[in-house]
Amino acid sequence: MGRRPRRILGTWLWALVVGALAFIWVFPLLWAFTTSFRPPGQLGTEIASLWVHHPSLANFTEAWSDAPFLRLYYNTAVVVFGILGVQLVTTTLAAYAFARMEFWGRDLLFRVFLLQLMVAPSALIFPNFQTIRSLGLLNTRLGIMIPYFASAFGTFLLRQTFRSVPRDLEDAAVIDGCGTLQTIWNVFLPLAKPTLVAFSIVSVVYHYNEFLWPLIITDTERARTVTVGLASFTQSAESGAQWNLIAAGTVIVILPLLVIFVLFQRRFVESFMYSGLKG
Amino acid sequence: MALRRGRRRRRVQPFLFLLPSLVFLAAFTYYPILASLERSLYRASATVAHPTFIGLGNYAALGTDPIFRQVLENSGQFLIGTVPVTVGVALALALLLNRAHVLTTPFRTAFFYPTLLPLVGAAAIWLFVYTPGYGLIDVYLRRIVGGGTNWLGSPTLALPAVMILTVWKNAGYYMLFYLAGLQTISAELYEAARIEGAAWAQQFRAITWPLLGPTTLFVVVIASINAFQAVDQIFLMTGGGPDNRTNLLLFYIYQVGFQFFDLGRAATLTVFLLAVLMAIAAASFGFLERRVHYEV
Repeated sequence: MGRRPRRILGTWLWALVVGALAFIWVFPLLWAFTTSFRPPGQLGTEIASLWVHHPSLANFTEAWSDAPFLRLYYNTAVVVFGILGVQLVTTTLAAYAFARMEFWGRDLLFRVFLLQLMVAPSALIFPNFQTIRSLGLLNTRLGIMIPYFASAFGTFLLRQTFRSVPRDLEDAAVIDGCGTLQTIWNVFLPLAKPTLVAFSIVSVVYHYNEFLWPLIITDTERARTVTVGLASFTQSAESGAQWNLIAAGTVIVILPLLVIFVLFQRRFVESFMYSGLKG
Repeated sequence: MALRRGRRRRRVQPFLFLLPSLVFLAAFTYYPILASLERSLYRASATVAHPTFIGLGNYAALGTDPIFRQVLENSGQFLIGTVPVTVGVALALALLLNRAHVLTTPFRTAFFYPTLLPLVGAAAIWLFVYTPGYGLIDVYLRRIVGGGTNWLGSPTLALPAVMILTVWKNAGYYMLFYLAGLQTISAELYEAARIEGAAWAQQFRAITWPLLGPTTLFVVVIASINAFQAVDQIFLMTGGGPDNRTNLLLFYIYQVGFQFFDLGRAATLTVFLLAVLMAIAAASFGFLERRVHYEV
C-alpha cells in the first residue's frame, strides 16, 4: 500500500475511533435531551433508549409547574451579573494599581491578594456563612454574591494585560488631559477586551454552576438559584423514579448556558484555555 | 501647593484603587481564615450559649473520630483515583485531537462540553446512568460489567462511581491546556526525530512528555485542589453514604457545621482543609522553582 492511501485510511480510522469515543462521552447528555421529550407513560428499559416514540412536551410543562424556574432563573441572573459587574470594577482598579503604580509594599500586597487563588471561597463556606448571618444577609441574593466581589484571579489576569499596554499610549492620554480613571477607560480597557471577555465568560459559568454556597445561604425560594432548585427538584422526583421529569428539569437548567455556548463556541473554548494559561 | 497635592494624591491613589478589593478580601478570605483558627480552639455548638476555650481539644478529638479517619481515607482515594486518571485521559484526548480536520472542532466540543455543565445537573443525569435494572450502564454495558449492580449503594463501588463522573466532567477542561501546550512544541523537533528514525513512543518520551511538563504540573495542581473541594456530586448522588464511604472533606464540613451544628469542630475541619490546600500550593511552588533552576 502506498503512502497516500495509508494516510487516508489512517484518517478514517482516527475519525471512527475518536468519533465513537466522543459519542460515548456525550451519550448521557444526549440521553437527557431525548428523554426529556419522552411521554410520561414510557417506562422500563425503554427509558434508556435514545429513541423517543411520540415525543411530547409534557415533562417540561410538569417540571415548569413543579419548581418556580422563572424565579430561580431571575435569581441566578441577578447573582451572576451582579458578581460580574462588581468584579469588573474592583479587579480593574486593583489590576491598574499593581500594573502601573509605584507604592510601598506593592509586591507583598500582590502576594497577599493571590492567597485567594489557593484558598478558594468554597473552602471557607463555614466561617463565611457565619459572617453572612451576622450581617443579616441570609436568604438574600447579596449574601450569595458578596464573598465574590473581589477576585484575585481577575486581578491577576488584568494586571498581566495592563502591563503589556505601551507606555506611549498612556502618556498620550495624559498629555490630552485625561485623569487616571479616564486613561483606564480610554486606553487600558479597550486594549484589554479579550481578557475582559475571557474573565467574564469564566466568571459567569462558574457562578451559574455554583451549588453549595447558594444552598447554605438560602432556605426559602426567595433568593434561591437554579442549581439549588434543580437539586431539590431532582431529590423529590428521584424518590418516584420520574426520570423523564428529572431529564426535563436538568435540560431547563443547562439550556441557557448551552445556547450561549453554541453561539459563542470559539470564544468559550479560547477563554477557558486563556484563563488557565495566564493563571 | 499644587505640586504637593499632586504628590500626596499619587501616594494615596494606589491604596484607593486597592481598597474595594481589599475590603472584600479582608471580610471573606483573610478574616474567615483567622476566625476559623480562633474558633477551632473553642467548644461551641448551636445549643450552648457561651463557647468554652478548650485549647487543642478539637484537634485531639479529630484524631480519635472514626468518621474523620474514614473521610481522610476517602479523600485520599478520591485524589489518587481522579487526578492521575483525569490527567491521563486529558492528555490522550489532546494527542488524539491535535490535528487539522473538519471533525476536530466538533470532537473537541463533545469532550469539552461537560465542563460547562453545572455539577448538580451532571450528577442528576449520572444518577440515572448508575440506576440498577434499567439505567444506562445496566442496559448498555450489561455484557461487559454485568447487570443489576447497585453502584451508588455499594460500599466498595460508590466512591469509584462518583470518581468516574468527576473524571468525565473535568477531563475536557484539562484537555484544553494540553492542546495549548502541544501547540507550543515546534514541529521541527518531531521532524528531526523522524529523520533519526524515532518511533512514536520514543518521540513521546523524548519530546512531548518532557516539554509538556509545565502543563502537567499546572493540571495536577488544579486537579488536586479541586479534588479536595469536591462536594456537589456527593451531595446529590450519595449524601456521603453508604456508611460514610463517599464522605469527602468538604462534605464532612457541611455535615458537621450545618447538620450537626458542631461549630468548633467545623472550624477545626476548615483549618485542616486550609492546611491541605496550602500544602498543595507550597509543593507546587517548590516544583516550579526547581524547574526554573534546571532551565537556567
